[in-house]
Amino acid sequence: MKLPAFGYASPSSLSDAIALLAAARGTAKPIAGGQSLIPVLAFRLAKPALLVDLRNVPGLDRIRIGADGVRLGAMVRWCDIEADDRLRGAHPLLVDAVSHVAHYQIRNRGTVGGSLAHADPAAELPGVAVACEAELTLMGPQGSRVVSASDFFRGALSTVLTDDELIVEVRLPAWPNSRRWAFEEFARRRGDFALAGIVAFYDRDASGRATNTRLVAIGTAQYPRRLRRAEAALDGSPVDEQAIERAARAARLEVEPASDLHASADYRRSLVETLAERALLEARARADQAS
Amino acid sequence: MTARESLETSLVGSPIERLEDAALLRGRGCFIDDVHEQGMLHAAFLRSPVAHGRIRAIDTSGARALPAIRAVYTAHDVAKFAKGSVPTIPLRLMSSPELVPFEQPVIADGKVRYVGEPVAMVVADTAAEAEDAIEAIALDIEMLPAIANRRAAVAAETLLFEKHGSNVAMHYEAAKGEARAQHTPYVRRERFAVQRHTAVPMETRGLLATWDGASARLTVKGAAKVPFSTRRVLAKCMELPEASIDLVELNVGGSFGVRGEFYPEDFMVPFAARTLGRPVKWIEDRRENLLASNHAREMDCELALACERDGTIVSLEGDVWVDAGAYVRASASIPPRSVAQSLCGPYRVPFVRITSHLALTNKTPTGTYRGPGRFEAEFFRERLLDMAARELGIDPVELRRRNLVSPTQLPYPLPTMTSPERRSELDSGDYAMALDRCLAEIGWRDKAALQGRLIDRRYHGLGVGCFVAGGAAGPRETARIMVEKDGSLAVYVGSASVGQGLETICAQIASDALRVPLERIRVFHGSTSYVSEGFGSYHSRSTAMGGSAILVAAESLGKRVRKAAAQRFACPREDITLGPELRAEHGGRSLALAELAGDGLSAEEAFSNAHITYSYGAAAAHVAVDARTGHVDVLDYVNVEDVGRVINPLTAVGQAVGGIVQGLGGTFLEHLQYDDDGQLLTASLADYMLPTASDFPNVRAVVLEHARSPCNPLGAKGGGEGSIAPVAGVIANAVASALVDFDVQPRELPLTPQRIWELIHDRERTTGSVR
Amino acid sequence: MNEARSIRFDLNGKAVQIDVATHRTLADCLRHDLLQTGTHVGCEHGVCGACTVIVDGAAVRACLMLAVQADGARVTTVEGLASGDRLSPLQTEFRRHHALQCGFCTPGILTTAHALLTNEPDADRPRIREVLSGNLCRCTGYVPIVEAVYAARDAYRSERGTDS
Repeated sequence: MKLPAFGYASPSSLSDAIALLAAARGTAKPIAGGQSLIPVLAFRLAKPALLVDLRNVPGLDRIRIGADGVRLGAMVRWCDIEADDRLRGAHPLLVDAVSHVAHYQIRNRGTVGGSLAHADPAAELPGVAVACEAELTLMGPQGSRVVSASDFFRGALSTVLTDDELIVEVRLPAWPNSRRWAFEEFARRRGDFALAGIVAFYDRDASGRATNTRLVAIGTAQYPRRLRRAEAALDGSPVDEQAIERAARAARLEVEPASDLHASADYRRSLVETLAERALLEARARADQAS
Repeated sequence: MTARESLETSLVGSPIERLEDAALLRGRGCFIDDVHEQGMLHAAFLRSPVAHGRIRAIDTSGARALPAIRAVYTAHDVAKFAKGSVPTIPLRLMSSPELVPFEQPVIADGKVRYVGEPVAMVVADTAAEAEDAIEAIALDIEMLPAIANRRAAVAAETLLFEKHGSNVAMHYEAAKGEARAQHTPYVRRERFAVQRHTAVPMETRGLLATWDGASARLTVKGAAKVPFSTRRVLAKCMELPEASIDLVELNVGGSFGVRGEFYPEDFMVPFAARTLGRPVKWIEDRRENLLASNHAREMDCELALACERDGTIVSLEGDVWVDAGAYVRASASIPPRSVAQSLCGPYRVPFVRITSHLALTNKTPTGTYRGPGRFEAEFFRERLLDMAARELGIDPVELRRRNLVSPTQLPYPLPTMTSPERRSELDSGDYAMALDRCLAEIGWRDKAALQGRLIDRRYHGLGVGCFVAGGAAGPRETARIMVEKDGSLAVYVGSASVGQGLETICAQIASDALRVPLERIRVFHGSTSYVSEGFGSYHSRSTAMGGSAILVAAESLGKRVRKAAAQRFACPREDITLGPELRAEHGGRSLALAELAGDGLSAEEAFSNAHITYSYGAAAAHVAVDARTGHVDVLDYVNVEDVGRVINPLTAVGQAVGGIVQGLGGTFLEHLQYDDDGQLLTASLADYMLPTASDFPNVRAVVLEHARSPCNPLGAKGGGEGSIAPVAGVIANAVASALVDFDVQPRELPLTPQRIWELIHDRERTTGSVR
Repeated sequence: MNEARSIRFDLNGKAVQIDVATHRTLADCLRHDLLQTGTHVGCEHGVCGACTVIVDGAAVRACLMLAVQADGARVTTVEGLASGDRLSPLQTEFRRHHALQCGFCTPGILTTAHALLTNEPDADRPRIREVLSGNLCRCTGYVPIVEAVYAARDAYRSERGTDS
């Protein structure tokens, strides 16, 4: 499984990188960590004429935390997220979800931008991004544009990125301390892609009822989407076991998973219900700990 | 213990650190892809993309046109070389005339019968360019319907081999007892199935062949497991005398039965080297490894167990279907025979009639994988015993105790196999003792109350199973011990190292036998140039056979030392005493071995064996099942095995633990899945799931030396394949125990979370499901 | 399109300079261009971990890195773990615990464990297992490997100057 031959460039500026992609007219691919791209090349599922390596482009690897939330540069690696202590408080959901990504060696190379651009339906970060209504800053020859996460993903391994565009940054909105959250996924082995996963959080109104509920399933559709009917089943209710079960059942009915090699649609639906229920119970338990 | 301390104590039985380790730890091993030779070229194979078809045309012109390509070969070239027809690969063991029509040609010849079958070979300057050239070959295949499973094979709407009237190549029968009792109070009939999976060693296959035209010698590096047998087959295909072929064994990254058998590439790569007059290297990539190395284990059965009301077994009858893939390859006859013969295990079964059927399908051919047929048989039988126990209201442990062969009943005859006929008997052992030890180790009595209980979202269960594992297959093994000029010893043995610590074991045995310290002994193994005849490592035979051969050779060497010393001292041989390090003494005079070495001292002996040894034991597991996801946590798994004689406790336990984890992989994770068109869906390690360090942390093994084997001077029973066998049966029993309230009865492997969830929710399996 | 680049990097403390094709993986460059065959290749698609090497202090899969991406880096392979004739404490514990059988996966596990213990000498068994779950072994069943890595912690702690 030797790699097919390709040209290689490692530009030292973002504009050079974009220019190279544009000039290649769809025959070039950007490479960040390479943890998803190189296996694709090894299986000869793609044969780009040129790889544009982003390793020397400055300024893409910063983690900035401010009033508008957490900004992750496209070249931020999973290990960088793990190592940044500020994030534990600034975005605990992100940190928890990222702890499920792949394995030690992959986490030393794999990047935020790479994961979002690759758009695997079972990947954790796209799920978190959609749940949080994150904003992605994309840069192309025409300049930059901001796309919300729910508009960014189009299908399995498919996004709105054009051939000459790069993700520069993703912004997760500011995370309130009082938020209740959980991330639950079910994989065959540690580090495997999830057969199904749930990103869940809610805030509480003055009377303690759930508001702003977000429920996103990963691994159960072509790309992650908010389960709005399931969210509505919890919103406005006190977060008791009946409400949680109601929301979990609604989540199960709302997803339309496919059957594949690793799991059937029915089983995935069942997982969604179980994981949604457990995630919401965990989120609620977090509340009990905090107060 | 270090080698230095070795002279003070007996090494056999000591947990000394392995001799192999220092080099391997430094990354200074030499595996086949580590070898770089001057002028070396690289081979790659075009493999059939379809499961069944007639080859209409192979257009290699695109490949030939590429600058780095030195040659492209197809069946046409091979047939020309081999005087008209493409050679086929013979069975290595238990061949019979019925199987010959189904042997695999060394390259696809007119038809392709499985995805992955080699159709053309490219030789290029680099591996990457060879792979590029593969894509430039145009293959025109008239597709035929694919036989995707054994039921379709039997229905035979399409034939894999048109000249033969069916897709069932062979039937074997295991028979014991004259006539079944007319009426038994209790009969339980069940169907079970084990999925296709296989060894997947961490190192893929590889070969480097060199032809020396001047001396007409062929050297093939990268041999494993059975180099002498491979040489024999290669010599015949190449029309060369065996003596002009050397098969060289380097470091081998695991075999587990799958590496080392004769494959198409074992002819094609040497053929290219000989034709081109350049060294040719081929390294299998992982996708090829999953597609083209032997598959294993795919069997299903219909069995009937008959008992008295008190659980005493009266008979075991039924049929086992083996999905053998598209051809009958070198070791393909073993699993169907072994499953039939292993079904009784260590239990008393007066009447046995088991027929196993070897069915051909358009999938990768199969062969032996660690504990071949035994993993399957243990699953079938231990499940059946637990189901019977439950229905009869007998405690499952008690049921087993009632039926275990007792020491006074040994040797105990096993069912006789047909075609060829083989009789065997359980040799020595205390099966109940091993069971008791196993139950004690897992704390069965204390944990029994947990069975079926829901604790912390999970249901707890316990399972147990008993096994025997045959080893030490004959006919012979050879060892040669040579005295070097400085008095140190070179020990050559026909056994092959596949990573099991062979060198250390052999050195321990030789050191004790000759009272020579470990650091004065070097062991050479596997390569055909080392001994005049060898058989290799399979059927857990290296210790019993190779080790015993060393003992015999050691004795013979002692005699020669005496003879040489007697000549020097001019005295009768009987008057010579041999001290430590074979120092020859007589009447105050003594000669060190180094002083006699100039006389060219060496001894080569073979040890013959016609009796299979049987290691035996029991395994137990404690599991916790999440009924909502179907996930099973193995909280504790214990294997207890008596191997007769333990040469090195470290390596013996190491083998046992490794076998357990492979068995757990086969029980829960590993599945070579095909679609209805015969396409392998799991051709990467992302889809074919192997156990990792976090999956099964709670496994342990106890190795006993209770019952020596009467079959060899070491008293050793084979010990490498016992622990894998009972795993699936034990785990499935534990899962059934945990989910007793749901009346879950696992009958099929693998026990994926989805399958367990489906059993709980009583879903019907759809006919369109992927097998 | 078969381009070559000249790259320079530090390999086990020595400066190397070599011309490589741009599609050459770091694993193949180490093994076949630099003839450092201790790093093994088990799958070429980033799952088995046999090819793990340490690049700028981080354990990475050499089959998922292009050689050209190692330009300017500090690379440590299994050959760089022992000093002279003496096995490192980690290697010694592997031997003591019989944490290898065929030895094919061993180099990748050693480099991974070395990187882990260098950064986290107090790693407990669950953490060790978690980190090693990216390295496949078919022979040992992992139990002795985890024990060997756990036992090696002392050597890394004392290197750090931490009293345990």
